[in-house]
Amino acid sequence: MRAGHRQPGFVAALLHRLSGVALAIFLPLHFLALGTALRGASALDSFLAATNTPAVKAAEFAVVVALAMHMAFGLRVLAIEFLAVRERTLAAVSVSLAAALAVGLLFLLNVA
Amino acid sequence: MSGALFIAQRASAVVLAVTAAVHLATIIYAVRGGLTAGEILARTHHNVWFLALYALFVVAVAIHAPIGLRNVVREWTIWRGRSLDAALAVFAVLLLALGLRASVAVFL
Repeated sequence: MRAGHRQPGFVAALLHRLSGVALAIFLPLHFLALGTALRGASALDSFLAATNTPAVKAAEFAVVVALAMHMAFGLRVLAIEFLAVRERTLAAVSVSLAAALAVGLLFLLNVA
Repeated sequence: MSGALFIAQRASAVVLAVTAAVHLATIIYAVRGGLTAGEILARTHHNVWFLALYALFVVAVAIHAPIGLRNVVREWTIWRGRSLDAALAVFAVLLLALGLRASVAVFL
């Protein structure tokens, strides 16, 4: 690990990127799942019933956190590029991670 | 990344910041007490606001995700050039088609 890799800006860029790749993989599957509604509510219900397992719930938590995280880190990029913000990177990374986990926890509390 | 791709990436990011925030809030509200098709469709059935929101989200995603993936692939692998751009154009069309299909599926 090079010295630059230990900087918070590197962590932000890496997590932003990894969460983005995860979302790009997930989205077509999500769209396919919702598309089952074309065959009626019962088809969508059978899909929802089949995926009502702890493992899928855990994966959903990960996707929700990935979406919130990608959005938070994305807002950071937009702020730096367009608002000429002189950011404190470590604080921005901490706030982004905290926001993503808070959204994930809200999801877990509601889904349980 | 070329100027046009950069602007498309950032403009779609702004649209997604708004639509994804609404979607996250909807998810957290919607999963209370478990998800059922009846509940989802009651919200979205013949609701033009939801259709417009999700169609906008899908269009922005179909622009944003392939450009983002292109940056990642070009930086992390040796794949570049026309074959990469063609593959990502196919991915963009796939996202657009599947996404609009899903939006219409929960609207009808």
